[in-house]
Amino acid sequence: MTTPTTAAASTPMNSYEAGKPVMTDLNGQTLLCLRTLAEENPASLETYIKLGGYSALKRIVSEKTKATDIITQVKTSGLRGRGGAGFPTGLKWSFMPRYFDGVKYLVCNSDEGEPGTFKDRDIIRYNPHQLIEGMAIAAYTLGARVGYNYIHGEIWQDYEIFEAALHEAKAAGYLGENLFGTNFCFDLYAVHGYGAYICGEETALIESIEGKKGQPRFKPPFPASYGVFGKPTNVNNTESYASIPWIMQHGGEAFAALGVPNSGGTKLFSVSGHVGKPGNYEVKMGTPFTELLEMAGGVWKGRKLKAVIPGGPSTPVMPASAIMGATMDYEGLSKARSSLGAGSMIVMDETTCMVKALHRLSYFFYEESCGQCTPCREGTGWVYRVITRIVNGKGKMEDLDLLTDVSNNISGRTICALGEAAATPVLSFIKHFRPEFEYYIQHGKSMVESQNDAVVDGKAEPK
Amino acid sequence: MLSPQAIEKIDYELTKYPADQRIAAVMSALRIVQTERGWLSKESITDVAQYLRIPEIAALEVAGFYNMYDLSPVGQYKITVCTNISCMLRDSDEIVDHLKEKLGVGFNEVTADGKFCLKEGECMGACGGAPLMTVNNHTMHEFLTPEKVDAILEELK
Repeated sequence: MTTPTTAAASTPMNSYEAGKPVMTDLNGQTLLCLRTLAEENPASLETYIKLGGYSALKRIVSEKTKATDIITQVKTSGLRGRGGAGFPTGLKWSFMPRYFDGVKYLVCNSDEGEPGTFKDRDIIRYNPHQLIEGMAIAAYTLGARVGYNYIHGEIWQDYEIFEAALHEAKAAGYLGENLFGTNFCFDLYAVHGYGAYICGEETALIESIEGKKGQPRFKPPFPASYGVFGKPTNVNNTESYASIPWIMQHGGEAFAALGVPNSGGTKLFSVSGHVGKPGNYEVKMGTPFTELLEMAGGVWKGRKLKAVIPGGPSTPVMPASAIMGATMDYEGLSKARSSLGAGSMIVMDETTCMVKALHRLSYFFYEESCGQCTPCREGTGWVYRVITRIVNGKGKMEDLDLLTDVSNNISGRTICALGEAAATPVLSFIKHFRPEFEYYIQHGKSMVESQNDAVVDGKAEPK
Repeated sequence: MLSPQAIEKIDYELTKYPADQRIAAVMSALRIVQTERGWLSKESITDVAQYLRIPEIAALEVAGFYNMYDLSPVGQYKITVCTNISCMLRDSDEIVDHLKEKLGVGFNEVTADGKFCLKEGECMGACGGAPLMTVNNHTMHEFLTPEKVDAILEELK
């Protein structure tokens, strides 16, 4: 069986050594979705079973637990969609038609492509069986016969780990026909993307599974009535499914109690950027930002915190002052005027030029717009060109209002949420860091870099 | 003509879908053929379309939409460096400059000996390991430094 040796693990900066997580990095974490992480071979079936894995599935299927009872537990748990939207999972499950004459599908969205998001990757490579068990329980509950886990193509080595885990689970009798001697059958397959951020949008992902360009569909109809191959389909994020076995083992209330009101359970935070120990940290919902930052090694090089994008670029950037007092949960971050998103925390220190950071993000959305809706296709290009003009020292003061205006006209005028996602960084960066943009336009160069250069020149430090 | 190895692999992918949905395997089939041949020529796309019994335009459309398919030659080793924000914050620019200097090519160019091609990538969903790059789509190298890049290039030579 595959042990996760793919975590290129040679430099000391790596959080993982020789495919095995370094124990010290687990301090303060509450490992639930990544509960195998402290073990020798976290991804193996043996390890997962040793920790009680597949027992919830076996009990549910053998005892023929009622689907409505399972959905009640999931609702009680307060589990909300971990892909970014935060929609209550139990409620979503209740949208699936109970009686349908034909195959129903289950889809797992492991298409992480929003900058700063890499949590599902660690579930896939370090605890694949918990995801498989979670999907099997969901399939039993919703009456789905076939499931697909859609994994983005860039993490190919992890895709192979997951495929190996599927074969292992099938051989051990946890997937396939007539499981545990009952009439419950569930086939689960791994499928892959090949470089398209848009496929993280659930209907684009469904199109991609069907072998088409990943262009989002109009909703309604929602996937619950018209999904994969036109059949009822339930789509959840990897971390959502991976939470299910624990919920069914310990009960919805126990899961809810781990977190805070309206944000049950634990959450994986992907911490990247200017921190000492970038990586994934699974903590209880409601953990103070400062604690999480400390776990991730604090701001690197002893520098000061400037800003944080708390949940991926589709969530508004927060200046240090706004996030220092915040807690990491749905309400904590919305009170602080941003959002939890997928828990993709991008940390920026005082040397970050916000104009250049936004420039890179705007290129990303321009490049990744699927081109289907005019406001997004044209608007993202327009935004990128205007910011490029500013970065090249040819910006005009009116450009800031133009950027705001164009972004406002993308937002809410597209089939999918990429339009809003593209507008959010523009609007929030300008709102919080307007003087930096104005300086860049007036002086034709970066305010931050000018200051840094002065410091570097003064101390004759190598750049 | 597809090789027997490619056909075997595509047939495995076809087992994942209903029998009347052969088109669903197009993503995998294109990936399999590209991995074998290095890039996707017009002939390769035709081969895939014929085997799946789908219109050529349907296969071409998919090949053109997703970034990891290459519709022109990319040398023996395609190096794709992520320059998105999390990588940028950890100085992916330094890695890009180093690669450009070392290989003597810019983005989307192939070295004279046909060995290397350099590409700028979008977020690869592994930002904890930034800065990072992939070689031929399927091998990821994380926590890059110029020295580490040199070691990787040396191994590929």
